[in-house]
Amino acid sequence: MQLKVINQVLTLEGELTKITVPSLYKELKKALKEEAVTMIDLGKVSTIDSAGVAFLDEIQEIISGKSEILLFKGAKPELQAVIDTFSTIKLKSSAPTSGKGYFESLGEMSLDFGKGLAEAILLSSDIFYYSLLGLISRKGQRKGSLTQQATLLGSQALPIVSLLSFIIGLILALQSGVLLKDFGAGVFLADLLSVTMVREMGPLITAIIVAGRSGSAIASEIATMQVTEEIDALKMMALNPIRYVVVPKFHAITIVMPILVAFSILVSEIGGGIIAIGLLDIAPETFLSRSINILTVKDIIISFGKSIWFAWVIVIIGSYYGFRVKGGAEGVGKATTSSVVTSIFAVIFFDAIFSLLYL
Amino acid sequence: MKKNSPIIEIRELEARYGEMTVLSDINVDIYPEEITVILGGSGCGKTTLLKNILRLYEPYSGSVKFFGDDILDMDEGEFREVLKRTGMLFQNGALLNSISVYDNISIPLEMHTQLPRKVIDKMIRVKLSLVGLSEAIYKLPSELSGGMKKRAALARALALDPHLLFCDEPSAGLDPITSAALDELILDLKTQLKMSIVIVTHELASIHRIADKIIFLDAGKMLFNGSLDDAKRAGIPEIDRFFKVGKF
Repeated sequence: MQLKVINQVLTLEGELTKITVPSLYKELKKALKEEAVTMIDLGKVSTIDSAGVAFLDEIQEIISGKSEILLFKGAKPELQAVIDTFSTIKLKSSAPTSGKGYFESLGEMSLDFGKGLAEAILLSSDIFYYSLLGLISRKGQRKGSLTQQATLLGSQALPIVSLLSFIIGLILALQSGVLLKDFGAGVFLADLLSVTMVREMGPLITAIIVAGRSGSAIASEIATMQVTEEIDALKMMALNPIRYVVVPKFHAITIVMPILVAFSILVSEIGGGIIAIGLLDIAPETFLSRSINILTVKDIIISFGKSIWFAWVIVIIGSYYGFRVKGGAEGVGKATTSSVVTSIFAVIFFDAIFSLLYL
Repeated sequence: MKKNSPIIEIRELEARYGEMTVLSDINVDIYPEEITVILGGSGCGKTTLLKNILRLYEPYSGSVKFFGDDILDMDEGEFREVLKRTGMLFQNGALLNSISVYDNISIPLEMHTQLPRKVIDKMIRVKLSLVGLSEAIYKLPSELSGGMKKRAALARALALDPHLLFCDEPSAGLDPITSAALDELILDLKTQLKMSIVIVTHELASIHRIADKIIFLDAGKMLFNGSLDDAKRAGIPEIDRFFKVGKF
């Protein structure tokens, strides 16, 4: 492919396609610096494709500032047909020239946030209302759904909750036990471990694991149902999707979360106990009695109260992102990720509030 | 390639899902600047044939030649070169949902050419204008209707000016007016851009409007390969019933 400018006529020769255009584009810029162009001769062009036509349009645009008239001549009829089909000159100007601006995006985000918050409040009130109603009447729920959800959200989470709690109890005892022993206060390890696990770490670790494991499952299940029109199908069968899908999860998690937290505390105490008895030479009965005696009824109530609150937060956030999903498979993935991130953030945020309120 | 030599030659193609044979004894020639329609009832193997021709499913046996070379003997690099000359419109569009329509069309242009950004921009705009979707240029696929998605997907399939275009049920789920407009567009592509087009469909109106040649499949076998008029005169009961009833 060749490009020449003689007497203000730009002559193109050979194939004008996506293969030749990149090099021609560089040559053109050089040529235009040396001489103005008022006409393009296409007589020697053998083939042209849409990239070639876009190149011609680009020449037109570059030159339009330098010379007033630009003419094409010599194009063969078959080339002219391709030029007519692919030329951007005739395109309507109604097509947007660029995407959304910064302020437009910012405004849209603010509006979305406000709308999302309102939707979340409405959804929460719906979930609480139908869950209370569900205690009186099981109407609108599938038989066995509570047991099924309790197994999914509770029993199946037990191994991972236990394992992680055991390791954390072990690490906590090891790190603090060594320090306490230096001060001759090794025996207080039982008190420290007990209070930390019951008031803070037990509910928090369990909630974070449940948010990651069960929260994502809730969000992806509802989101998939939404994109495959199953939620619409439920509505068409005169079933309330919240009552049918969310309420069994809400009831189940309210029951299983305190049980998971109790297991978490118990297993972490075993982990800590191994270090206390094996490494710090604390007598087993001393460890046990100090672990129990340090706790008050208030601690237990706060621990289980927190865990139930965290469970509700996880279900509401999972359901919110599930119902709000847009698009297909891509949307389901996004909803799941957002649900997990928001749930973990919310759990830690509310834990901080509880700690401040009930120090 | 000469105009009278086939652009695609399929010989003794057999396709299987596990142990089950879904297509057998498929012998087809597809010529340049022709619209070939693969038709037949639901589940007869139309889409499977298309996906075997394009190696989206690996054929069990037989040969598929594109532009004279057997694609089943090609390595990945060689087959990629063939694919650059081929466009595919999937049944549901198969647009990448996380990016805009503009970016969907720019992918093949950015990946397979060294064209300047401004030229690519113009090509995207003109392809979208061809399919009548200029206004939706920065929209996400999730913001488009079914018909719009198909048109955007067609614009993406046309991005690299393919010699060959494959369409899997382009009219399915579209209203008659949109469907007719899409057929017009396909006819324009054939005449103005000298494209060869292979379409899988069972929409009778569409077949009558665009088909130069038809391949009729039934239960994984090819019952007919020829012109639409010849098919109607062939006296094959399955084909007669298809055209009489409209759809299986």
